Amino acid sequence: MNTSGFFVTGDPMIYGADVSIVLVSVAIIFYLTYFKKWGWLWREWITTVDHKRIGIMYLIASLLMLFRGGVDAILMRLQLAIPNAHFLESEHYNEIFTTHGTIMILFMAMPFMFALFNMVVPLQIGARDVAYPALNAISFWLFFLGAMLFNLSFVIGGSPDAGWLSYPPLSENQFSPGPGQNFWIWGVQISGIGSLATGINFVVTILKMRAPGMRLRDMPLFTWSVMASSIAILGVFPILTVSLIMLTIDRLFGGHFFTMTAGGNPMMWVNLIWMWGHPEVYIVVLPAFGVFSEVVATFAKKRIFGYGSMVFSMIAISVVSYYTWVHHFFTMGAGADVNIVFAICTMIIAIPTGVKVFNWLFTLYRGRITVTQPLLWFYAMIPCFLVGGSTGVMLAAAPADYQYHNSYFLIAHFHQVLIGGVVFGYLAGMYYWWPKVFGFKLNDKLGKWAFWLWQIGFYVCFMPQYALGFMGMTRRIYTYNQTMGWDMGWAPLNFISTIGAFLMGAGFVFQAWQIIYSIKHGERDVTGDAWNGRTLEWSIPSPPPAYNFAILPTIKGRDSWWYQKQEMQNGTYKQEPVKYEPIHMPKNTGVPFIMSCFFFVAGFGFTFEWFWMGIIGLIGVAITLFVRSFQYDTDYYITVEEIERTEKALRNNASVQRTAN
Amino acid sequence: MSNHESNHGSVKAYVTGFVFSIILTIIPLVLVLNHMMAKTALMVSILIAAVLQFVIQLFFFMHIRDGEEPRYNVAALILGIVFVVTIVSGSIWIMSFNSQVQ
Repeated sequence: MNTSGFFVTGDPMIYGADVSIVLVSVAIIFYLTYFKKWGWLWREWITTVDHKRIGIMYLIASLLMLFRGGVDAILMRLQLAIPNAHFLESEHYNEIFTTHGTIMILFMAMPFMFALFNMVVPLQIGARDVAYPALNAISFWLFFLGAMLFNLSFVIGGSPDAGWLSYPPLSENQFSPGPGQNFWIWGVQISGIGSLATGINFVVTILKMRAPGMRLRDMPLFTWSVMASSIAILGVFPILTVSLIMLTIDRLFGGHFFTMTAGGNPMMWVNLIWMWGHPEVYIVVLPAFGVFSEVVATFAKKRIFGYGSMVFSMIAISVVSYYTWVHHFFTMGAGADVNIVFAICTMIIAIPTGVKVFNWLFTLYRGRITVTQPLLWFYAMIPCFLVGGSTGVMLAAAPADYQYHNSYFLIAHFHQVLIGGVVFGYLAGMYYWWPKVFGFKLNDKLGKWAFWLWQIGFYVCFMPQYALGFMGMTRRIYTYNQTMGWDMGWAPLNFISTIGAFLMGAGFVFQAWQIIYSIKHGERDVTGDAWNGRTLEWSIPSPPPAYNFAILPTIKGRDSWWYQKQEMQNGTYKQEPVKYEPIHMPKNTGVPFIMSCFFFVAGFGFTFEWFWMGIIGLIGVAITLFVRSFQYDTDYYITVEEIERTEKALRNNASVQRTAN
Repeated sequence: MSNHESNHGSVKAYVTGFVFSIILTIIPLVLVLNHMMAKTALMVSILIAAVLQFVIQLFFFMHIRDGEEPRYNVAALILGIVFVVTIVSGSIWIMSFNSQVQ
């Protein structure tokens, strides 16, 4: 066992990080011990199987990861702001762009998406939990500990530095020896298993657990988008798992799947990883489309325009997204035949996306619009995503792509669709459902500051990068010389871009401030229907009780809560006599957390090629699986008295008299 | 769930399925390791073994025959086959074209 080089040494910034990690950990441990919160943490959060709490934990984790990924971004922009900068060494720069990409997609976008899945879907379809609550907890803890394993790499062992998709042969032992690359493999592998399980969970939840009377074509569009996204997860995450196992075999056991010698084929990795990687970006953007559909309909006080075409276009996107992966490596030289097929498929995807944009705009047309924070983020998305999509069609033209490939033009394009589509969408979703989950709204004034800083920062940061791409600046270069900088005009544009990055960072600071401020001073939501919503989640108190619905609602059609409210206003609504029945609920369990800890141990062991440790971890995983299989005491009933007590307390708090469904 | 039991196979079925799957995995491995066939023949044999294993897993592990709602099963199966065909034939097409033009 070789422990030399266990801790990363030599860089003052890393020492700073070491110190702050130790200080924060000590502070957290002190807080939990001093206020005797360990039991609370274990009972209420670590062992929970409640989808709402799991959603909250996903949200917190993803905001933390947004911070880490954002710091990475700012470090990169600082390095590139002026020519010949010596702020970061080339290797350190490589590590930072690798972790930035991996974290932002896999440990920020994915958990943010799962946060929305968990917080919203069961409430929208009138269910009391997801189909497999314990599996849901396993998914979360696998993601969280996978992310922690990955994040450990920058202080212990060294970060991966072969890019966010780690192309071989660079990511093979020959060129990337040591634990860094293994951290990437195991962090992504462990959290990927969790993502796959979440996909299964939500497909089953949506197909099997809808409230009585809710047909598939009555489902809210966000739920539809979760369905489309989950199906795509089921289709492609196994490819990721297998590819990572093959790379592991190459690195740990001397395999030759992707090596340069002995019959290996590095391009096969590129082929496989993009078969996962391309649908992956549609997986994260589809739920954002779902969020916008809810937000637009609610704040225009209209039914969504073209519901059927919305559903059809989402399904079309999730199917066609399987046939576009080669556009990431047109320059591989697979020949005109291959490139033409995938170029055309890539362009086709713009059509259903365009359909959705038009439907949103037609929904707003002649609506009674209230401009709120979620709607602001929707307004921001339209131009941003439109330009990003158009540059995407430019990139899809295979011959032209030989010019754009791996240039800053590409960087600007994918940030524009991922920030403009995914991040704006998830933030809209966060602002929209925040009062439902936490019972208060986020402060408007601070939110607007954050919004405008984000908007201005975004365009200041990324518009110059399109120009830089045309000027020949390629991605992943860590510095450029005076000639390029001043004579060729790279430096001014890079400097402007860096200013934009700081503006977006300031926007994030405002959002953090907004959340902290609103916890104390935010407008309380006592009605449970903070925005005069249309779908079922607004028919129950905020935050919802553990069982969500005291009585499962019977659905008569789309937007049934909206029409029920109208009937209640007209006085034509006949309230059914309330008769509670005991509610069957899943019990909390510590197994998911313990199992994921064993996964962490296994991942850590294999990362350092300490096989004894890896095998101990895997044995632990098998034992926890075994233990869980023979646990029969996994559920309980909430008694009628307790439901009555809870509902009465919730109703007394509400200033508006409400009818239970 | 009253019909919980009927959806699960017997131990015998699982063991049979497992043994068949293992055999169908070992055959291609042996063929590749010992260089026993020419390239095209090898690829065809591997594909046949893979398809057989796919069918075996559907019957022994996935219980394709005994769902209550066969419509779901058929839809899921068609979708799965579309994915698999895309992955396998797409990769073969792209990679073989790549080696021709290199």
